[in-house]
Amino acid sequence: MAAPFDRNDDSVVVIIGTGAGGGVLANELAQKGVSVVALEAGGRYLPEDYINDEWDSFGQLAWTDPRTTSGDWRVAKDFSGLPAWIVKAVGGTTIHWAGASLRFQPHEWKALTTYGAIDGASLIDWPIDDAEMAPWYDKAEKKLNVTRTNGNPGLPGNNNFKVFEAGAKKLGYKEVHTGNMAINSRDNTDRMSCQQTGFCFQGCKWGAKWSAAYTDIPEGEATGNLEVRSKCHVARILHNEAGKVTGVEYFDEAGNLQMQKARIVAVAGNSMESPRLLLNSASSMFPDGLANSSGQVGRNYMRHLTGSVYGIFDKPVKMWRGTTMAGIVRDEARHDPSRGFSGGFELETLSLGLPFMAAFLDPGAWGREFTSALDQYENMAGMWIVGEDMPQADNRVTLSDVEDQHGLKVANVNYSDHANDRAMRDYAYKVGSQIYDSLGATRTMPTPPYPSTHNLGTNRMSEKPEDGVVNKWGQTHDIANLFVSDGSQFTTGAAENPTLTIVALAIRQADHIASEMSAGNI
Amino acid sequence: MNTHTKPLRGMTRRQLLTGATAMGAFVIGSGYVAGSNAAWATEMQAMSPEGFATLVQMARDIYPHDRVADEYYAAAVKGYDTQDKAEMAEQGIAALNARAMEMKGDDYLNIGWERDRVDVLRSMEDDAFFQTVRGGLVTGLYNQKAIWPIFGYEGESYSQGGYINRGFDDITWVG
Ligand SMILES: Cc1cc2nc3c(=O)[nH]c(=O)nc-3n(C[C@H](O)[C@H](O)[C@H](O)COP(=O)(O)OP(=O)(O)OC[C@H]3O[C@@H](n4cnc5c(N)ncnc54)[C@H](O)[C@@H]3O)c2cc1C
Ligand code: SF4
Repeated sequence: MAAPFDRNDDSVVVIIGTGAGGGVLANELAQKGVSVVALEAGGRYLPEDYINDEWDSFGQLAWTDPRTTSGDWRVAKDFSGLPAWIVKAVGGTTIHWAGASLRFQPHEWKALTTYGAIDGASLIDWPIDDAEMAPWYDKAEKKLNVTRTNGNPGLPGNNNFKVFEAGAKKLGYKEVHTGNMAINSRDNTDRMSCQQTGFCFQGCKWGAKWSAAYTDIPEGEATGNLEVRSKCHVARILHNEAGKVTGVEYFDEAGNLQMQKARIVAVAGNSMESPRLLLNSASSMFPDGLANSSGQVGRNYMRHLTGSVYGIFDKPVKMWRGTTMAGIVRDEARHDPSRGFSGGFELETLSLGLPFMAAFLDPGAWGREFTSALDQYENMAGMWIVGEDMPQADNRVTLSDVEDQHGLKVANVNYSDHANDRAMRDYAYKVGSQIYDSLGATRTMPTPPYPSTHNLGTNRMSEKPEDGVVNKWGQTHDIANLFVSDGSQFTTGAAENPTLTIVALAIRQADHIASEMSAGNI
Repeated sequence: MNTHTKPLRGMTRRQLLTGATAMGAFVIGSGYVAGSNAAWATEMQAMSPEGFATLVQMARDIYPHDRVADEYYAAAVKGYDTQDKAEMAEQGIAALNARAMEMKGDDYLNIGWERDRVDVLRSMEDDAFFQTVRGGLVTGLYNQKAIWPIFGYEGESYSQGGYINRGFDDITWVG
């Protein structure tokens, strides 16, 4: 099993963060015989530890270190200290995630070309395309054992899906099914099938849903090439006079500052922490932060436009029973400017338990308008809107004046909706409500975005160094042995839930790093 | 759970409060006295019984659920009845009563209709005290497992094997 690496061993690849990007990269490199030290700020929790209770689970897993917010998004007002709902644990947010696993549509790799320039949006094309990514998506779908791929059947539809499906079909939608989910629809050798417990967001106690926490991480460790150090918070990335990174400084579980040398450093702390870390690593040689000669680190933060629609019926639904997000309408994902906006959106079933519904249905609301809706909780159906939001240069992560428990400046997240985002959300609210109205809903509720679960774009990938932070391999334009390996690489957000793409990029990046290492290029 | 005793109709809440204090129990809500052995009965640690009863009514008016008994609202705001929070809460209640007097001519608890009490609350909804109480209730009230069945919510299901054999798709009126 994994032998601890010496902190002065400068032959290792250091990966910061062990979520969808970092956890997969760590395993993939370890499988290829590369020595990896993965530093993870959070602790280690496995299915037996997960809690089927929304707030208790949140307390166990969520990142609650301070962050600050600004901009006109409602999250900044309702949840000013909690811009994002992400996990701080070995396995990262793949513990919380619902498992929806969709490929980008081909045109979404080329947003600028497809949509044309849009006022106020900092659109560019990805430097990669559908043909380039197809084989990596194949591998990602296999790894995650995604339903409706690799011969896996779809999941059975639960109550919430049946309402959603019936309404969608009444409206004439065609592509309606229980989704492409990284959830076992039948037992396989490693993990059992979904038991329809309905706490997918709280960590799957059966292990039916893929999470790096109990797949890639232990698989990597089993090779002997991966050491995961949990409760180790990276404070700074170090570099030498030649401008190459040489290692990292981190606070260990006891709060002591340690140093780990490295041949290569890969940053995968999620789109808020990764730019924060690069900015906090500023030095006299790189006064604006590492890999930031373009000034793009932290910019173009995207979060999908999101929003939910809940419908109340005169009869029970019991939407909380069964898989949280196994239901999708894909017809609106296309790019069709005749709807009044560029890009598209997915509609996906969603359920919150009563405690989270109370917190998120209409934050800040009170009185009978609010409580009469909750009174009908049993008769509610719910869906989530996942749409492409426009990248904007000033939607960005910067360093705040607030410091965390280690004395490190925290991330401030500034976000304002683009006019295209508002137009798309309004349209999606309308069709979402119609889905329920068509079945005789007595009330529908267009619910505002929750704290961000899809955090993207703050170290974006670009062909030209001046347009972004990393090249098509996730390698920073400025520093050859510094990589970015998480959702922050996203050039644009597409309409799809991001994780399958993060995983596909990580598998591809591992391949690239390993071959560049053996070629002696880095 | 529901161990309310002896509905006392025809008395003002103030009379109830006085009586209750004398009985060594405390009174909440609309016309019921909790016996000192009741599951939800609670001894005041730092707040006045009047102040606490007003706070409970305020909690109900913020998140009114007619099928949720006062004991749960009391539990949700019981956290203010401590040495370090009571003063803040009493000051907030005093301001609430002053506003109630100004707008409706009586203490908050003596205003008969929810609609009129809500008028008073609306006029104060941006105040720190209101926001603190409201914000606290979001978890203080709705995270009490005992009230979940009233809403039909079933809570954890892992210990029962999930819903795979217990009705995850048992809806009868669609499909
Ligand atoms: C409730 C919920 C549901 C979701 N459902 C879906 C879904 O159905 N489909 C989908 O595609 N996506 C879903 N997502 C989003 C998905 O989880 C994320 O997109 C994905 O996990 C992001 O991967 P990442 O590698 O960028 O970051 P993460 O998975 O968040 O991993 C980052 C890790 O880095 C660690 N870290 C950060 N800073 C440091 C530091 N300085 N030192 C050490 N460690 C650090 C963090 O603790 C964390 O463990 C969901 C998210 C949530 C919250
Ligand atoms: S519904 Fe299925 S995937 Fe979700 S937590 Fe339960 S068993 Fe896991």
